[in-house]
Amino acid sequence: MFERKLFTQTVSWAAAVAAIAGLAAVAPAKAEDTVKVGLILPMTGGQASTGKQIENAIKLYMQQKGDTVAGKKIEIIVKDDAAIPDKTKTAAQELIVNDKVNFIGGFGVTPAALAAAPLATQAKIPEVVMAAGTSIITERSPYIVRTSFTLAQSSTIIGDWAVKNGIKKVATLTSDYAPGNDALNFFKEHFTAGGGEVVEEVKTPLANPDFAPFLQRMKDAKPDAIFVFVPAGQGGNFMKQYAERGLDKAGIKVIGPGDVTDDDLLNNMGDAVLGTVTAHIYSAAHPSPMNKDFVAAYKKAFGTRPGFMAVSGYDGIHLIYEALKKTNGDTDGTKLIEAMKGQKWESPRGPISIDPETRDIIQNVYIRKVEKVDGELYNVEFATFEAVKDLGKTKK
Amino acid sequence: MTSILTNLFDGVAYGMLLFVLACGLAVTLGLMNFVNLAHGAFAMAGGYVCMVLVNRMGWPFFAALPLAFVSAAAIGIALERTLYRHLYARSHLDQVLFTIGLTFMSVAAVDYIQGSSRVFINLPAALQGQFDLFGVGIGRYRLMIIVICGLLTIGLQMVLAKTRFGSRLRAAVDDPRAASGLGINVPQVFAFTFAFGCGLAGLGGALSAEILGLDPYFPLKFMIYFLIVVTVGGSSSITGPFLASLLLGIGDVAGKYYVPKMGPFVIYTMMIVILIWRPNGLFGRTAAR
Repeated sequence: MFERKLFTQTVSWAAAVAAIAGLAAVAPAKAEDTVKVGLILPMTGGQASTGKQIENAIKLYMQQKGDTVAGKKIEIIVKDDAAIPDKTKTAAQELIVNDKVNFIGGFGVTPAALAAAPLATQAKIPEVVMAAGTSIITERSPYIVRTSFTLAQSSTIIGDWAVKNGIKKVATLTSDYAPGNDALNFFKEHFTAGGGEVVEEVKTPLANPDFAPFLQRMKDAKPDAIFVFVPAGQGGNFMKQYAERGLDKAGIKVIGPGDVTDDDLLNNMGDAVLGTVTAHIYSAAHPSPMNKDFVAAYKKAFGTRPGFMAVSGYDGIHLIYEALKKTNGDTDGTKLIEAMKGQKWESPRGPISIDPETRDIIQNVYIRKVEKVDGELYNVEFATFEAVKDLGKTKK
Repeated sequence: MTSILTNLFDGVAYGMLLFVLACGLAVTLGLMNFVNLAHGAFAMAGGYVCMVLVNRMGWPFFAALPLAFVSAAAIGIALERTLYRHLYARSHLDQVLFTIGLTFMSVAAVDYIQGSSRVFINLPAALQGQFDLFGVGIGRYRLMIIVICGLLTIGLQMVLAKTRFGSRLRAAVDDPRAASGLGINVPQVFAFTFAFGCGLAGLGGALSAEILGLDPYFPLKFMIYFLIVVTVGGSSSITGPFLASLLLGIGDVAGKYYVPKMGPFVIYTMMIVILIWRPNGLFGRTAAR
């Protein structure tokens, strides 16, 4: 008797709960006129500055351009993955299943972008990669587009440039992880093809930033220059210890892809960094009127200089806006990705476009030298390689 | 030959730095038998205090160093009085869980206040660069580390071995009950010792910013190094961790110079070999209690 009562009670409770849940499920159907963009970014952890720059830039873009496109209101949902791929995957699942987002974007590091790739394919929604830089990423899902850069783009260019500019012997110092190895291999390939010689090759562990013994080894090898790729945060340590050991006075230059002189950190590095030559996609000192406005607006809003990550985020949200304009607000993922292919626009970094075949970014790569402008350190551009495709893919 | 000496010099400086960073932990872990995994958080606190004083308020570097010590010690004593002392009698597992929680909280707090990007302390020009001594490259900053840390070690050894406080501390550690029976204020001695250990960590944090880098993840990144120094050195004296730090510092630098492909494994290999040979550490004695 008692048990039966309990049973009916339970059932009626369950029914009530189901009814409420049903109502809740019906309610968001009205939300057809909002488009949701789920951003998965490292907001904590060692990569947090990447996440913050991208988030800032997207906020700025939406302040400038408004939050409605093609009659739809854009809603941004930010999730922190601390650059840990497992968390990225969970975050992507939540965004796609619970929040029913129309885009996922962000992705601070390569493993994070790869972790979300199968989900983008399955859900048929565009994954806009705004930071991660290894070549393979866009090959992992037909729904991935990228607005940042690949390490192949900058490393091959600096390799070509170095060998044509009197640098014959190079020692390399790269962080021992996927992007570091990408940078090293692409650089080496182009540098040696032009007749250069790599006299010393050191891979440094990610966790240990005391470069002293590695730098001593470089110094003893007497190269013309050191090719460096370390994650942006360690660039400052590297440059300081490079100067401490007197490598600058020994006439050994520093070259590399631009991560080592990220605008975010450059000003704190001290004068030892003067004269460092890097190849990269963006400098806060890029002399276009659009960039001047961008830098001024960013500084005003957030008090710091934008770095290349900020620009990638700015272009990422722009691409999302443009795709929606082209589909007239249709949020079908396959149509959106089609609309993104071949987009061409002027970015603060210069003219860029999305390669319709690889969905990767095509952009100018600039050779820059660190100089002092109005008392601040900047990467001043002095040569341009136009419309560089990702060379990591052409070999296939 | 000169490059061997340059490496030796770098290794000694690195080892000395490890020692100052870790010896506070040797005190709490070895002398007080308390597992304080939040040790690195005090080092980070010292580092950030020094950075704020020098970079934002324009203090000279050498004036900021003592304050890095004092502020880390002050935080240490505040936490010891309010939190740590309740855990002295608890199991090691409780202590580990508590202090690792504290570490994560410190990481989040610093990340929130200062942001997560790496900071550098502006050094006076006199400490920058290298000079040549018979062909051996001597880094000025590293030389300063060796001098400061060397003096500290001697002072510390003197205090522990020669002073009244030193004997009280050793008595309080070996047999707290008998010590308090003799009129030694054991909790006070422990609180003071703990604060001193934290102060040393704070000083180490300030000194290491230039070489190891300073960001909110400092306590987690270098926890393993602190622990290696204390395990290899044995935690019952100061000489043990000191020699262990030197050995590991020199080994690490030499390993990276001569076999860079081995990367960080040299230091772990050394630890394993030493611990197989002497399971209680280089100067470990079997625990008295």
